[in-house]
Amino acid sequence: MKSYTVAFAGNPNTGKSTLFNLLTGMRQHTGNWAGKTVITAEGTFTHNGKEYRAVDLPGTYSLYSNSADEEAARDYIIFEKPDVTLVVLDATSLERNLNLALQVLEITGRAVICINLIDEARRLGIDIDLKAISKRLGVPVTAISARNRTGIQELLNQVERVADGTFAAEPLRIQYSEEIERGIAELLPLVEQAVGGDYPARWIALRLLDGDESLLASLRKASLGIRDSVPKEVSGHGATACH
Amino acid sequence: MTETGIPLSEAVKGSVLEIKGMSIQGVMRRRLLDLGFVPGNTVEVVRRSPLGDPTAFRISNTMIALRREESSLIYGEPIGGETE
Repeated sequence: MKSYTVAFAGNPNTGKSTLFNLLTGMRQHTGNWAGKTVITAEGTFTHNGKEYRAVDLPGTYSLYSNSADEEAARDYIIFEKPDVTLVVLDATSLERNLNLALQVLEITGRAVICINLIDEARRLGIDIDLKAISKRLGVPVTAISARNRTGIQELLNQVERVADGTFAAEPLRIQYSEEIERGIAELLPLVEQAVGGDYPARWIALRLLDGDESLLASLRKASLGIRDSVPKEVSGHGATACH
Repeated sequence: MTETGIPLSEAVKGSVLEIKGMSIQGVMRRRLLDLGFVPGNTVEVVRRSPLGDPTAFRISNTMIALRREESSLIYGEPIGGETE
């Protein structure tokens, strides 16, 4: 049986782990990822007779390497290339949560946006136009309440569509200022030459423009094939043992 | 970018401000943007610690504590909710 990998990304306190636990039940264990000591949970669930391997990434506001958590989440999405990245958002503060969603979409179009805490939002009088958001982002968007277990089947249907390629995503591509786009255009051929077609070249070019040293380090390790070897201690601010 | 409004560090407890901009650069700027300190967003000054630093702000439904170091470089215009 073919098994798909689904990575769970999301801000802290969005109910990401509640959803993860709901789907995987007791079939999970914790593990170490990509040479980091950041602990991530892994489990399995089945839907429509297909098996899915679920990976719970650390909760982050961003993928811009402010902390070991963010680097771990980022490296997983780039290097492990999950079949689906499930981005869990908090319905009650979409502005900030969409920040992470947009960052994920710059890396991969194989994503499903899951708006959690929809019951909480309704209680606060927040009405969310799922169709409009889905249209703008170019990937499936679905609303759930992990706590009350509503919307879960629909969510899994969307995950399945992206996993098996039924849904061919055309994710939103953010257009930056002329100056930045010029920089990207200049870097793109060099990046493509350096990393091949394996990695999201436009995104890497963007990160280089931003001077992201830690991404360079990760890429260097990946290209040398030493990424999955000995896990090593990560120091520096924001390093956490668990989320 | 020209900054208007007052630094968040000067805002009185209980006040609500609309963020106009910030003069922080680099990783910290990125971090604050990720947390929701973006122009147009509203921030409430929730609580100050006894010595005035750090201060708890509510932004995008979440409480974030910032030191003067950062909050003095984020600017906003009061839009109400002020006590005294």
